Amino acid sequence: MIVQRKKLSLLERLYLPALAGGFKVTWRHFANTLFKGHTAGKELSGGYYPEKKWVVGEGYRGAPYLVRDPEGRTKCVSCQLCEFVCPPKAIKITPPGPQGSPEVGNVEKAPQEFEINMLRCIFCGFCQEVCPEEAIFLQNDYSLNAESREELIYNKEKLLSLGGVHQDKIWKWKNK
Amino acid sequence: MSTQATTETKPTPPPIETVKIKVDGREFDVPKMTPDWQGKLQPTTMLQACQVAGIDVPHYCYHPKLPIAGNCRMCLVEFGTPAMGPDRKPVLNPDGTPKIIKSVLPYEPSSPRGAIACASPISPGMELYPSSEATKQMREGILESLLINHPLDCPICDQAGECKLQEYSVDYGKSASRFVEEKVHKPKQVDLGPRIMLDDERCILCTRCIRFTKDIVGDDKLGIVNRGSYNTIASYPGTKFENNYTLNTVDICPVGALTSKDFRFKMRVWFLKETKSLCTSCGTGCNTIIGSRENVMYRYEPRENDAVNSTWMCDYGRLNYKWINREDRLTQVQGSKLKVQTWANAIQYISEILLRAAAGSVAIVASARQTNEELYLLKKLAAKFNAITDSVPRVGEGDRLLLDPDRNPNSTGSRLIGIAPEKMGSSLPKIADGIRGGSIKTLIVFGEDVTKHGITAELLSQLEHLIVSDILPSATTAAAHYFLPGCAHVEKRGSFVNVKGRVQRFMQALQPKGDARPEWEFLHELVINVTGQNGFVSIEGLFNEMAKEVPAFHGVTWAGLGDAGVTVQI
Repeated sequence: MIVQRKKLSLLERLYLPALAGGFKVTWRHFANTLFKGHTAGKELSGGYYPEKKWVVGEGYRGAPYLVRDPEGRTKCVSCQLCEFVCPPKAIKITPPGPQGSPEVGNVEKAPQEFEINMLRCIFCGFCQEVCPEEAIFLQNDYSLNAESREELIYNKEKLLSLGGVHQDKIWKWKNK
Repeated sequence: MSTQATTETKPTPPPIETVKIKVDGREFDVPKMTPDWQGKLQPTTMLQACQVAGIDVPHYCYHPKLPIAGNCRMCLVEFGTPAMGPDRKPVLNPDGTPKIIKSVLPYEPSSPRGAIACASPISPGMELYPSSEATKQMREGILESLLINHPLDCPICDQAGECKLQEYSVDYGKSASRFVEEKVHKPKQVDLGPRIMLDDERCILCTRCIRFTKDIVGDDKLGIVNRGSYNTIASYPGTKFENNYTLNTVDICPVGALTSKDFRFKMRVWFLKETKSLCTSCGTGCNTIIGSRENVMYRYEPRENDAVNSTWMCDYGRLNYKWINREDRLTQVQGSKLKVQTWANAIQYISEILLRAAAGSVAIVASARQTNEELYLLKKLAAKFNAITDSVPRVGEGDRLLLDPDRNPNSTGSRLIGIAPEKMGSSLPKIADGIRGGSIKTLIVFGEDVTKHGITAELLSQLEHLIVSDILPSATTAAAHYFLPGCAHVEKRGSFVNVKGRVQRFMQALQPKGDARPEWEFLHELVINVTGQNGFVSIEGLFNEMAKEVPAFHGVTWAGLGDAGVTVQI
């Protein structure tokens, strides 16, 4: 494909006005820093990480965590769809088996164990998208650190404590 | 014993009478009669005709091995029949083709009227439209009705992934529900029997389970109670659904209403790798499919083989797999006389012992749970020493359906190859006497605990060499001087001969645990070392070699066994 070049106007061909425009931005920042005290450290992004943590925007896809419903029940029913869909195979679920936990009633199938290997996770969000129970969400954590590989395999307990409570409006299992 | 292996012994069928029909506008010659669930010839149904034409008609209540009920209405198909004049001659169109009258509702001639394909016989000249717009709308309507009270249980339902309701909803259903009323709630988690869990909300009332237990098992235990939307499956009041074939209802249940308590909430079915195998719990040799994931076996399912088990298997055999995953499986080469516990060392030691052994000083107790190939290799060893060989009989109570009194999967093979005498176990006392008298100095035991069959631990201690191969610990393995860990049938390939002489092969589903190796592999090494005869290093070659040397197997090949096996004369 041949791209038609735009014909430049006289002002553009002169070059100097663009140069002046650029200087204007530089001087504005200089003046803001000098007289109004604006520094990069006070800005939201691009600043002095890690002293100044970056505040993520809404809809950010950080680490996936499990959530509880407002009654404190684990929402996950170990349907294992996330395990199936997970491209890097980061999720490993152990279903409860025939003897389900008595306190979860006769419908829930809360997982016996739920592990996410955060070293494998690529934060794609497929698990959240595929979850029929709205039990797993990609949340705001983007910087996960540990001293060993094992520490970065998060188990059910850790995922639930990090995940918090989901304000569920459907209450699917309430009347079952 | 015949020297010719035969496949199915059926008389040559008479020429098949066919009927000309059209399916989706294409003309087909369809057999006029087709075997029904009992094998009796019945007029071909529209559903079977569509199958001949290669078109699937969705269905729930119809099952090829069960009597026809025609209650789910899922197989509705639009059709037309040739118009007949008053003279009983077909009315022709102006272009000479027969005039077809489509079936319509009597009170509303503009609406097509379908017929349930599973129960409607075809007639000459009939036209079926399984892909027409009207048929599609009928299916959509039926599915919508079925889903009205169906709970959204898919995430916690064990059937998900192999559920006909899910599959047909995707293939033929509407994408959204129009139902705004409150769903009818029915009992969930009903304890129907010791092995079956019932969820009435999921049931679509196809009555497959009722027909199975009444007409196949002859245990008329299930029925439908209550009325209308409250219809529920139930067992006869005060009784449990507990015959030996209950788990087949889980297989034939098209939805997740009947689930297996054993498999419940263990693994989602789409993860399971399926391997063609055989049941080893009795001499019938039901064909099975093993469901396994990451080297763990989760379940058996029956595999269709009309020459053996139709599409069924018994609960006893189906649940007899847990020993495979047992913690105390023996997976290390060991033994009191073995200094360096490695395979190479053990095979070398045992080979030296056997090379030095005099004729008649060796006895072999093989197991009728071993494959033909392994028994054949043991027979080769036995021939070298003129050794006494035998297997251990295992007898239980049989029934009229599938369970055989002979609980060994390969008694017939053991006899055909010549390891076991006609009366299995009759040579065991001779072996015991031989050890007692001192003439037998070396005993080779495969897969059996001989201390329970007359060769006591005290006798074993008199032996110079006790060579044992097994899977699970026993008094015999504890006494072994040389112990070689073997494999369960799911961890190797091989073949069995069932009580009726059906030679069938099974495939490997799992990797052997620890150091264990398939028995035929190390037996093959021993045979080379001891007899000097070279052999085949693959199971295919080994089987074919055996088929040449064992008269009963003449003409049979590993490849020729296929999935369904071959019947030999016994």
